[in-house]
Amino acid sequence: MRILVCVKQVPDPNTVEYQIDPDTKRLVRDGVTNVLDPGAEVALEAALQLAEVDGDSTVTVVAMGPEDAEDALRRALAMGATDGALITDDGLAGSDALGTAKALAATIKELGFDIIFCATESTDGYTGMVPGMVAELLGIPHLSFVRSLEVRDGVLTGQRVVALGYQTVQCPLPLLVAIASGSHEPRYPALKGIMAAKRKKVEEYNLADLGLAAGDAGESGARERVLELRAVEERQAGTIVEDDGTGAAQIAALLRQRGVI
Amino acid sequence: MLDFYAVDRLLTAEQRAIRDTVREFVDAEIIPQVRGWWDRHEFPAAIKGRYGALGLFGANLPEEYGCAGVDSIAYGLINYELERGDSGLRSFASVQGALVMYPIYAYGSEEQRRRYLPELAAGRLIGCFGLTESDGGSDPGAMRARARRDGDGWVLNGAKMWITNSPLADIAVVWAKDDEGIVRGFIVPTDTPGFSAPIIESKMSLRASCTGEIVLQDCRVGPEAILPEAKGLKSPLGCLTQARYGISWGALGALEAVYSCARDYATTRTTFGKPIAGRQLVQDKLVRMLTDHSLGLLMAHQLGTLKDAKKMTFAQVSMAKRNNVRVALNGARAAREILGGNGITTEYPVIRHMLNLETVDTYEGTHDIHTMIVGREITGVGALE
Repeated sequence: MRILVCVKQVPDPNTVEYQIDPDTKRLVRDGVTNVLDPGAEVALEAALQLAEVDGDSTVTVVAMGPEDAEDALRRALAMGATDGALITDDGLAGSDALGTAKALAATIKELGFDIIFCATESTDGYTGMVPGMVAELLGIPHLSFVRSLEVRDGVLTGQRVVALGYQTVQCPLPLLVAIASGSHEPRYPALKGIMAAKRKKVEEYNLADLGLAAGDAGESGARERVLELRAVEERQAGTIVEDDGTGAAQIAALLRQRGVI
Repeated sequence: MLDFYAVDRLLTAEQRAIRDTVREFVDAEIIPQVRGWWDRHEFPAAIKGRYGALGLFGANLPEEYGCAGVDSIAYGLINYELERGDSGLRSFASVQGALVMYPIYAYGSEEQRRRYLPELAAGRLIGCFGLTESDGGSDPGAMRARARRDGDGWVLNGAKMWITNSPLADIAVVWAKDDEGIVRGFIVPTDTPGFSAPIIESKMSLRASCTGEIVLQDCRVGPEAILPEAKGLKSPLGCLTQARYGISWGALGALEAVYSCARDYATTRTTFGKPIAGRQLVQDKLVRMLTDHSLGLLMAHQLGTLKDAKKMTFAQVSMAKRNNVRVALNGARAAREILGGNGITTEYPVIRHMLNLETVDTYEGTHDIHTMIVGREITGVGALE
């Protein structure tokens, strides 16, 4: 099976306080520690587990970003991916979700695939739109919020997380699955994996390689504009009810007043 | 990683990746549990498989034997991160890698390498190293253990003391003098008749590590047990050089742990109206600890560079082990003082590291022995003899 995983390099959510550049309204990515998106690690783990069960699979990781996004790909390769593809071009800077999806879809077409794994959303942008767009551009089904899956005879059976529980679905390959966050525990890259990763192939693609024009992606092609960014308003302090024997009644009155009960 | 002098800039991408993966592992799987293990005097047996899966055992040995084949600096960083968790859990990996796998790799036959190294690398076999005897660890040449020729095999007799991992080991690399008085090395399966390994109880240091004796009573091994290339005391001492190299990095991990704890504590603990971090005496302690850490890390990095260039001398290793462990121990004592009463409970990591480091300061060549090794090197006059 040819498995592809879309991954992303993001500022480390565990150590970096995310800052927005007020002029470009983009996340500040320079001068901070960047890592493989923890959400992408979950999707990769799901893909690696599928490949291990299948036994005759390759897992290719695909990322779009600046040249140093190769570090994130190397981490994915150290975790066990077979090879990587990096889409990097100055003309891609400022891409909106659709531009990103076009670049990913064009690369994925070049690479060929049976199944594509994505995170449900990235840990920096949080739009959650790219997986669906990639599937649409490739003309394949998109299963979102998938928490477990298996593939038999070219058909995927999986569980989706839905509002009231889990929905079991089936879909023939090829398709794209967006893996629910927290559904798989990513493995640590083993030392042998890290040493092997440097010898694995990472193919680079630019806009011309993918047959994309400047207006297809990047800032000039973006149809989505961030108009304004504001800090979340600080919440007002809550009401503290001191229990002098009437605490329960006071809380009940508050809930009633707010229409909760 | 605590890195005031930007040593990170000297690291390769692989070295950083290896450090980061071990750091994540230690943060997730060791630090949250180590207090309980240490308090209960319990070695966490499940960690064998985890170390094996990550490739932490003998990580610097070649890939053809199932090892990761990392360079010396990456190997040092692994030790650093493990000991940031706990000296005993670093010792567990050090013994397996530097004192069991290394002698098999360096002095063993190709058949012994193929048979044992992949199993030891994966953590399916655990080993221990029997050199020290109870009458004086600093003078291994005076060992009493004997290996007597018996047909095509050998009969081993003797007793070894302070042996990390011996009660849980599957094999022991045992050192004994042959009929000519030459020190020889043997790979002894621990289920061999005549081999026993009583556990040493009630340690107040390295409590998450398993320590025991080795007792050899007419323990007969076949010809396949002897390490063919190990002849003379220089062979076990060569292993110790490997282990001491790892310790010179590891101790700095413990120093990071106690420094970080003391700094955080000092910035939140308020007396006389302001945090104690604002007191000159506390700042003096913290700055000394950080300076020692920075100097030690630069020394360890250069030592690793020399090791990979095959230019490292054992005297340089002695200086690094001697210095880095002692500054870590002093730092732990200073951190304990900054934490006041809280410094004596294992609720904070400081006293655990401090007590562990008392052992690390003594084992693998005591502080004083290393002083005399370096002293002999610079004066040409031996104080040991």
